[in-house]
Amino acid sequence: MNAFLALLVRDMRLATRAGGSAMLAVAFFAAVAALVPLGVGADLKLLGRIAGGVLWVAAVLAALLSLDRIFQSDFEDGSLELLVLGPLPSEAVALAKICAHWLTTGLPLTILSPVLALLFNLPARGYDALIASLALGTPAISAIGAIGAGLTLTVRRGGLILPLLILPLISPAVIFGAGAILASLDGLSNGAFPLLGAFSFVAVLLSPFAAAAAVRLNLQG
Amino acid sequence: MSERGLSWANLFEFANPKRFLDVSGWIIPWLAALTAILIGAGLYLGLFVVPPDYQQGDTVKIMFIHVPAALTAMFAYGAIAFASLIGLVNRHPLADVAAKTAAPLGATFTALALITGSLWGRPMWGTYWVWDARLTSFLILFFLYLGYIALWNAIEDEVRAAKAAAILALVGVVDVIIVKYSVEWWSTLHQGDSLFAQGGTLIAPVFKWPLFLMMGGYTALFILLWLIRIRTEILARRTRALLRREA
Amino acid sequence: MLFRDLAFSVGAGEALQLEGPNGSGKTSLLRAIAGFLEPRAGIIRIRTNNGQSHSSGEERGSFIGWLGHQDGAKSQLTPREALSFQSRYYGDAAPVDEALGRVGLSRVSDLPVQYLSAGQKKRLALARLSLSARPLWLLDEPLASLDAAGKTFVAELVRQHCERGGLAIIATHEAIGLQGPRLSLGNRDT
Repeated sequence: MNAFLALLVRDMRLATRAGGSAMLAVAFFAAVAALVPLGVGADLKLLGRIAGGVLWVAAVLAALLSLDRIFQSDFEDGSLELLVLGPLPSEAVALAKICAHWLTTGLPLTILSPVLALLFNLPARGYDALIASLALGTPAISAIGAIGAGLTLTVRRGGLILPLLILPLISPAVIFGAGAILASLDGLSNGAFPLLGAFSFVAVLLSPFAAAAAVRLNLQG
Repeated sequence: MSERGLSWANLFEFANPKRFLDVSGWIIPWLAALTAILIGAGLYLGLFVVPPDYQQGDTVKIMFIHVPAALTAMFAYGAIAFASLIGLVNRHPLADVAAKTAAPLGATFTALALITGSLWGRPMWGTYWVWDARLTSFLILFFLYLGYIALWNAIEDEVRAAKAAAILALVGVVDVIIVKYSVEWWSTLHQGDSLFAQGGTLIAPVFKWPLFLMMGGYTALFILLWLIRIRTEILARRTRALLRREA
Repeated sequence: MLFRDLAFSVGAGEALQLEGPNGSGKTSLLRAIAGFLEPRAGIIRIRTNNGQSHSSGEERGSFIGWLGHQDGAKSQLTPREALSFQSRYYGDAAPVDEALGRVGLSRVSDLPVQYLSAGQKKRLALARLSLSARPLWLLDEPLASLDAAGKTFVAELVRQHCERGGLAIIATHEAIGLQGPRLSLGNRDT
């Protein structure tokens, strides 16, 4: 447990230092969200309707930005071998990195989202659902993203192929997450939250195994 | 391992590359003939013998091309996942080749399903695409195929690429089931009027025969093309190995 | 295939030197011993004093102190942070400042690693190794980037480790100044 926390803290520290990815992801999130009204027009009613979906897509893209570094940096400088030889099984190493990624990307995005929702004129009753759905769903992005990151460790320009691998896999989270926000706008309950929660739970539970398998595969080099 | 009509021992015997080349060389002409017969008969019955649908007219006949394509696309993904599992667990040499070669075929059948599905819907919807539940699921499946193929191409070491692709396929096959369910859920939110739900429940008996013939024909076609591609890949690898040894 | 019919053993207190030109498989052999790489055939086994035997890659990993030919240093961390993390992660109680002093990094202990020279980064890796309580040390080209004093330090470090009952397998194409068995990996037919 001590080792797990030590790794978690180290990765968070690395992500938040200069040259780390936390601030970058948040800035990207804001930039994408600001771009959409420019493309779609300033019809406030329309923007309020699409806010949930747009912010969800922007969150996925922003999280993707930093995902390819989740193992890559350790792989390149030789620290990954040291981590894997430590007391934690490789699945726990993967889980610690997934948690660190979420804490430095998914969570800040979730916290920033209500501010961006203001730009979109999201109706007041949608805010709770917005925050809750992002909080519940972004862990799945980190988890499933880690699988893709592990698989593309040795690929040159792996950053380009990673979204192609991840986006189809992550589509249920976007569907349920944005669906939850829409439901709250219409005053309905459509069961999106339990489905989103279940998806995230299964993703976080199972992804470390696939991600660790992928990392071990690439350590053979 | 349970005893079935084709036992595991027999299956693995075919799978030794030399034997595979021998056996598949023998099978392929017969399979080609079977494919031609099934598809020919299915098309003939479907296009000329079956009367037009009272609601959709002649366009419903696109179903004979669309539905088998969709089913084959799903079957191919399942086959890839199965081959991936065998490749990871048993490390069977042909399993990786089988998975790799099936992917472009599966992607093509998916694209065919998407295009014919869109054409089928146009008269009814007035537009080429309406984010119908089935078509959307197949669109996502198409991207899964593209990602899988891209991963194979992106990793230079063949052995490593095979294992990485296998992991992706197994993750994908679990995920695609969730995707299918989530897309259906999503489309019910947006009053999707599913063309295919209607078509599915109201298939008149007269439609069934051409449909079954076409499904059989497509399956035979897929296996035929698959065997040909596996043979080609085996021979290509042999050639490369020979060239490397001489150099 | 890099090599076949390779058989050797290393006992407590011994330091085996792997010799051979670049590309002869020294690194691959070390990675195989560490459990990263599965050999096509054969067994790699660690036998402990209480008679237990560990043959699987995962099990072997817990006995190994690794010094790869990359430094294993995160460029944004300082040497002190790197060693503190290492000791907490591996569960060793570690006198970090002492270790940094021994390798001559006390002055730069709070400077992010990205500003250190190649030799300093290597010495940090050596400091990390010196704090390790693991019995089997695998070193891949430990003398690279070091000056004469550094090289002497490596020999001394390994010697002390072996005197305490540890083992070491060192891949090097430079003379390291240690007594002990040698295994040459060049000229092996595949």
